[in-house]
Parts: sequence; C-alpha cells; structure tokens
Amino acid sequence: MSAAHTSTAYTSHADLGGQPGHGRVLPEPEGELFHADWEPRALALTLAMGATGAWNIDASRSARETLAHYAQLSYYQIWLAALEKLVTERGLVQPDELARGRAQSPALPLPRKLLAEAVPATLARGSHTERPATTPARFHIGQRVRTRAEAPPHHSRLPAYVRGRTGTVERLHGCHVFADAHAQGLGEQPQWLYSVVFDGQALWGADTASGLRVSVDAWDSTLEAA
Amino acid sequence: MPDMANEHPPHDDHDHAHDAAHSHAHDDHNHLDPMSLRVRALETVLSEKGYIDPAALDVLIDTYQTRIGPRNGAKVVAKAWADPAYRLWLQDDASAAIASLGYTGRQGEHMVAVFNTPQQHHMVVCTLCSCYPWPVLGLPPTWYKSAPYRSRVVKEPHAVLTDFGVTLPTGTDIRVWDSTAEVRYLVIPQRPPGTEGLDEAALAALVTRDSMIGTGLPLTPRFSTGATR
Repeated sequence: MSAAHTSTAYTSHADLGGQPGHGRVLPEPEGELFHADWEPRALALTLAMGATGAWNIDASRSARETLAHYAQLSYYQIWLAALEKLVTERGLVQPDELARGRAQSPALPLPRKLLAEAVPATLARGSHTERPATTPARFHIGQRVRTRAEAPPHHSRLPAYVRGRTGTVERLHGCHVFADAHAQGLGEQPQWLYSVVFDGQALWGADTASGLRVSVDAWDSTLEAA
Repeated sequence: MPDMANEHPPHDDHDHAHDAAHSHAHDDHNHLDPMSLRVRALETVLSEKGYIDPAALDVLIDTYQTRIGPRNGAKVVAKAWADPAYRLWLQDDASAAIASLGYTGRQGEHMVAVFNTPQQHHMVVCTLCSCYPWPVLGLPPTWYKSAPYRSRVVKEPHAVLTDFGVTLPTGTDIRVWDSTAEVRYLVIPQRPPGTEGLDEAALAALVTRDSMIGTGLPLTPRFSTGATR
C-alpha cells in the first residue's frame, strides 16, 4: 500500500451498527453517571474546550472515531484521548506540556472562552444546526430512495449497515449543517435532512423479526431516487 | 459535587505564576491513578494557557449531576399523558413543546417525540457515537454508549430488550431510530393502566429513563399510590 493511499484512507472505529460479537447489554440504575472520579472532569473539559470554538462537534466526533484503540477504550477514555489529540493537532498544547502537566509555551488565540457564569445560558442556547432552505427538498415523504454505497474517505454519518440500501423517506427535518463537510473544516454546506426508514428483514435477512424497521437521518447528497 | 470542588482550591486555578501552589498540587496528586493524573495534567495546561475557566468545569459537572437529567423528560411524558393538547403539540413540534417546559439547548436543539402504541414500540440508539437528548434525559448511561447496545439494537432489538428484562406482547412491531444527525428522539411510552386520576407529578414518578429510550416500560402505580389519590 502506497503512502499516498494510506494518507487518504479514513477508518471509523465507531460505526458499530449490526457488528457481530458483542455481548449482552448491562443495564444501569438511573443515577449512575460516572464510574471514576476523573470522568466528570474529562466530560467538562471536553465541553469547555468545545465551547471555545477551536473546533466543531463534527470535528470532535471525527477525532474520536479515528482513535486507533477505540474498541479498547472506555467512553470517557475515548473523549479524553480525542481531546488531547485535538489540542495537540491544532498546536494549542505541545505534547511535552501534557507530559509535564505544565504550560510552557504561549497560548494561541481562540474565538471564545466559557466562563462559569455563562455556562447555564450557553447550555440552554445549544448549537442549532438547522439553516434556512435555499432549495426545495429533492425527495418527498413516502418516496423510495437508495443510500450512497461507497464509504467516503472522510467523516460521515451514514452508517455502514445502510450503505447502498433502499428505504423510504418518512420525515423531512429541514436543511442542516452537513456533518461530512463540517468535520473537515469545509464550512457548513447545509443540505436537506431526511429520516429514511428501512425494513429490518431487507437489512439483515429473513431470520430477523418481522415488523422491525430501522431509520437513520440522512443528508440529501447521500441519497438518490430509487 | 463537593469533593470535586475541594480538589480544586481557588489558588490552584487562576494564578499562572504561582509555582509553589503548583508543586504543592503535584505532590498531592502522587497517589492518583494514571487516568486521573492525565486528566489533571490536561486541565492544568488548559487553564494555565487561559483556554478554560476551571470554575466553569464545576458548573458543567454540577449541571448534569443535579439539574439536567431524566426527571425533565419524565415531566414531558407525564404532561403528554395528562394533557391531550400538549400531546398533539409534542407530535407536531416537539422542540417547541419541550422548550415550553424550560428544557432546551445542547444536544436537544432539534427534538422529535415518538409515541409507543399497542402495535408499535420505539427504541432510540446512536450506532455511530452516543447522540442522546441531553436536555430531557441528561447524560447517557454507559450501556447506551457501549458496543453491545449500539451494535445489536438495530438488528436484534427483542434480544436487547431481554437483557433489560422486557418482553413485549406478541405482535408488537419495533421501530428503531438511529440518531445519525442532530435530531434527537424521545420515546413517549404508553400510559400504564390504573393511572386514571393521578396528577402529573404522580405520573412523572412512573416514567423511567429507560422507558424514554425504549429499553424499558413505565412503572405501574403501587397500591399505596392509588389509595392516596
């Protein structure tokens, strides 16, 4: 495999839908949120750095899903490793600073800083992804559509288990920031977003329980009329 | 979370040139496990560089431990059970109907409510990461973020329900919603029998977190609850 090929490959280790070999689900009581004292801190650091505007949520998802050891890490270990990756890749922190636990180089300017007093309003405001539609929707409710078959060489939100499959448009959600472009720093490029529903037996075979239907939310450019 | 606050005395948070405070802090951390040390190192560097306000971390943690959690969603469900006009609003525009109760914002900007019926049971997942409606359910439980649930629920939801001790009546179809964009889904379970006359607060107490994800069913009223109404 050539170096050029390697550099353009993109592997998500997070695309788990339908993947065999995982064991039973372990339910948890409602109040159980964390399993180690460092976990809430890792969560809060991720939210606070996300609020600086140094990257967007799609870029952070991309950073997480491409971690080589994704499958071996707990969820907050994934968040922490991705946060370390994001701050070092962007030059906000030097690797030796992480190793020493001390800042030793100047900070880079960031768009915002989340102050304690601004937390409630910032969380309550959120980050809306719907944008005004500039074109009519290409598909209508009830229309049969086929999803993109290829895995793109970048972050994408079309799960592998529905790639190249035919489903039915069930809901229109308006135009939303296109995660694929946004994650790559290519701007928002909003597109129509649809809920597309698939028959369970069509996805998984005749052994699957009848009556199962599974939907994903898919952007316009990942669909074509079937 | 008081123990968190105690771990971060104010002098350790803001004073960039305070070497004595830092070396003292590092001595304190020698007993910490590797993950805690790693998080502490990152937090120290990010605050020393001025990227984050350490006090904001405490507020963020407190918010999701004490203010934003599944009791919010339970109030939405109880109102949908008790108030037909609210139920219609929730069907038509869940974001607005939920916002009217004060639940808005991060990871719940675009809400859709899906309603269980005797024929149709809904379940919600994010097979690609951990997307979850935070304003109404808080932080997702570990199983929601883990490989067994994410891999299996889209393919064998009945078996997943068995892991939760739930068996649906024969003939109930399952619809799974994979949260692959920024739309977040809230399951409105069926109102349990024997709850006629309960007020919204009593109804909300029957709504479990799992029943709003679709991996559980609401509680049924205990005898004593019925007796006091």
